[in-house]
Amino acid sequence: MSHHILELKDVHFSYPDGIEALKGISFRILHGESVGLTGANGSGKTTLLMNLNGQLLPTKGGVSIGEIPLNKKTKQEIKRKVGYVFQRPNDQLFMPTVYEDVAFGPVNLGLTPEQVDERVKSALETVGCLHLSHRPPHRLSEGQKNAVAIATVMAMKPDILVMDEPASNLDPKSRRQLINLLKRFEHTKIIASHDLDLILDVCERCIIIKDGKIAADGPAEEILLNKTLLEENNLELPLSRQNVIYKGLNLKATKAIPEKGLTT
Amino acid sequence: MHMADALLSPAVGGTFWAGSIGAIAYASRKLRENLDDRLIPLMGVLGAFIFAGQMINFTIPGTGSSGHIGGGMLLAVLLGPYAGFLVIASVLTIQALFFADGGLLALGANIWNLGIYPCFIAYPLIYRAIVRNGNTPRRTIIASVLSVVIGLQFGAFSVILQTKISGITELPFGTFLMLMLPIHLAIGMVEGFITAGVVNYVRTLRPDIVENSEGIKVLSSGSSMKKIVIVFSVFAILTGGIFSWFASTYPDGLEWSIEKIYGKSEVPERQNPISGIVSKIQKKTAILPDYSLPSTSKEEEKPSWPAVDTITSLSGLLGGIMVLVVVVIFGIGMRVLRKKMRKT
Amino acid sequence: MTFDSEYFNIGYLDSLSYKDTFVHRLDPRVKLLVSFVFILFVVSFPKYDLSGLMPFFIYPVFLLTAGDIPLRVIAKKVIFVSPFALFIGIFNPLFDTSVLLTLFGIPITGGWISFLSIIVKFILTVSTALLLIAATSFLGLCEALERLKLPRVFVIQLLFLYRYLFVLLEETFRMLRAKDARSFGKRGSEIKTFKRLISILLVRTVERAERIYQAMLSRGFRGEIRMLRRHTLRVQDFLFALFSVSLFYVFRHYNIVSILGETLGRTLR
Repeated sequence: MSHHILELKDVHFSYPDGIEALKGISFRILHGESVGLTGANGSGKTTLLMNLNGQLLPTKGGVSIGEIPLNKKTKQEIKRKVGYVFQRPNDQLFMPTVYEDVAFGPVNLGLTPEQVDERVKSALETVGCLHLSHRPPHRLSEGQKNAVAIATVMAMKPDILVMDEPASNLDPKSRRQLINLLKRFEHTKIIASHDLDLILDVCERCIIIKDGKIAADGPAEEILLNKTLLEENNLELPLSRQNVIYKGLNLKATKAIPEKGLTT
Repeated sequence: MHMADALLSPAVGGTFWAGSIGAIAYASRKLRENLDDRLIPLMGVLGAFIFAGQMINFTIPGTGSSGHIGGGMLLAVLLGPYAGFLVIASVLTIQALFFADGGLLALGANIWNLGIYPCFIAYPLIYRAIVRNGNTPRRTIIASVLSVVIGLQFGAFSVILQTKISGITELPFGTFLMLMLPIHLAIGMVEGFITAGVVNYVRTLRPDIVENSEGIKVLSSGSSMKKIVIVFSVFAILTGGIFSWFASTYPDGLEWSIEKIYGKSEVPERQNPISGIVSKIQKKTAILPDYSLPSTSKEEEKPSWPAVDTITSLSGLLGGIMVLVVVVIFGIGMRVLRKKMRKT
Repeated sequence: MTFDSEYFNIGYLDSLSYKDTFVHRLDPRVKLLVSFVFILFVVSFPKYDLSGLMPFFIYPVFLLTAGDIPLRVIAKKVIFVSPFALFIGIFNPLFDTSVLLTLFGIPITGGWISFLSIIVKFILTVSTALLLIAATSFLGLCEALERLKLPRVFVIQLLFLYRYLFVLLEETFRMLRAKDARSFGKRGSEIKTFKRLISILLVRTVERAERIYQAMLSRGFRGEIRMLRRHTLRVQDFLFALFSVSLFYVFRHYNIVSILGETLGRTLR
């Protein structure tokens, strides 16, 4: 029986201006699971994510990572365990070069220069950006920035990887590279995204949030192919699963649309 | 109104570099003492913000000419004097490097002219004084316009002094004044209103950004004010007299280096080339009240230029204010010094 | 309301700074100090000594050529920033009317000579500043400043500013374009629009700073930022420094131009 690694118990969160963004969220995530988190804009996805690594603290209810409950005192410790990849890579890459950005986390963990170097190189290697070590971040493409941003978090060797809209600014090729990368990760993953195809591709489980509450929680394949459920939550079927009319031919894709040779 | 290297002499440029570096060191130290970590990314991006803001040219109503903001006062309002000063200094540094706005030697003077006066004089003495009794939109406008205008006048006047003391230009002091000050008065008014407009508008969106919190941002508490005043009087002394003291204690080394830079033929036959330069400076600054400029030209014969009355009254007024300020600063500084001496 | 076309130039100078030439490989501290000394020598020339300045062109020319930097970029920029110096300098011929020399029967006043001197000094100093950054990455310069004992807080500020400069310039540019698309050329109250734009940009900037701060905290930030040391002084750096400064000294104290002129005149006869 794999032990749970992340647990939320009746979590509520209200912003200082009074808006209640989370109204009682509870779920458990097991070690090694990859979970997609989706919902309409304003449903509370980002707020929920921010409650997972201590950026925000629940106003009611509790979050625990492993055996450690999240509170003011344990915030720092939790941050070591939860790697948070922000939505906009520009917010995350603030050092003069890629190397120093990826090294930022390990250095703050108190590792020796040799250990830091090892972590940086292996993290950059994993995301395929080792050759960019000495570039300044403003000289990277969006896809490269995304990859490096992930590396900055990976270098800290977190137990859980939390990602907020990882593919939003990517061109198709970079997006595909990202998906392949994520599939290779063995970490526990929580990915908030509008890109339902990505979630379908990468995650086994999917949680839908609506108005600060959980609307659905189950295997990704079931939830994301349930047209009614999705539409109730202001979502749609993943694009790859929608009916495609091409040159008068009605195609219903099952796994993926073949690249060459469309058959009737 | 950026200074340019070509209009500076090494002595003047070097002096103001020393002053600016001292100010940067001072502001850095003050920030270190109680640095709010949040400031690190905030100062950086606000610097980029001011930089970007300066690249937008708008037409000034009524004149048809285009202008852009300076930003020193806005930064002081948002960040407090120390952080604000560092940010404006960083913006000017990058401009000097990438835009060649003046040059590397003039950068020291520019940081002084565009940073010290708004952040350490106008902001604490004028802006905060007015706003302290109620941070209303109207007071913001008054405070803003007054402090920006005065800060800018000081800055422009500094440019004139720096240029004249360097001795590269033939422009008579009076004409120079007439050229620079009115224009910068207008620019100051525009920027003052813009600064106030921004502060007031941002207050409606995010009041926490423009509300001044305690701690490093506030420079109005008695002790820190006096320290600023001391620092300023130190610099005033530096530009006036410290060089001669230094020269008398280390004649050989300094003399050799100045000689090497100026060339033997240039340095007058004196025991102390530094004191020679300093006395030249003093002679020229003494021009303010009554003198007419000694020069190789016959400018007095030109009737079309402003009459002597304008020169004396305008420069007299400004010179008088500057002297008063220096005297007050010196006086307060002396008092604090005496207080400290009495305690030990 | 227009966005300065200079915006595009920063990126260009930045990209030039990553080249790999002898000049680029020199230690940034050395380049910075030598350039500064150069400027001091240049501006120390008395106002009528025009010819003595000429040999000094060797330094910017060296940086330009050995650094593979296109002349046009530098020239355009020098011209672009010349107005203030020109404006002040042009008064010299107006006020200084004593004739200093006669050339082909035309009397030339001291005013014109000093004006030209200002121009030459301007070109020398401004081009050197530009070439310095074109031949040394900004990061390298910041490292040089830190190792020359400039306060850390300030150096980090420079680095952060630079990092987000491009981001903010682009954001501003987009805002202006969006505003222009809805302006239809009408010139309403420009300043009022400007105030609005700047205010919104300011709020967005502060929000961005908050996100960056959260990102820093999420990676364990506790107040210290550590950066790599990339440069060490080598023999080339020392030699370069020694040679350049000696050269400047010679130029300043020996009237190379007249010596050459005389020898040429003698040989021609």
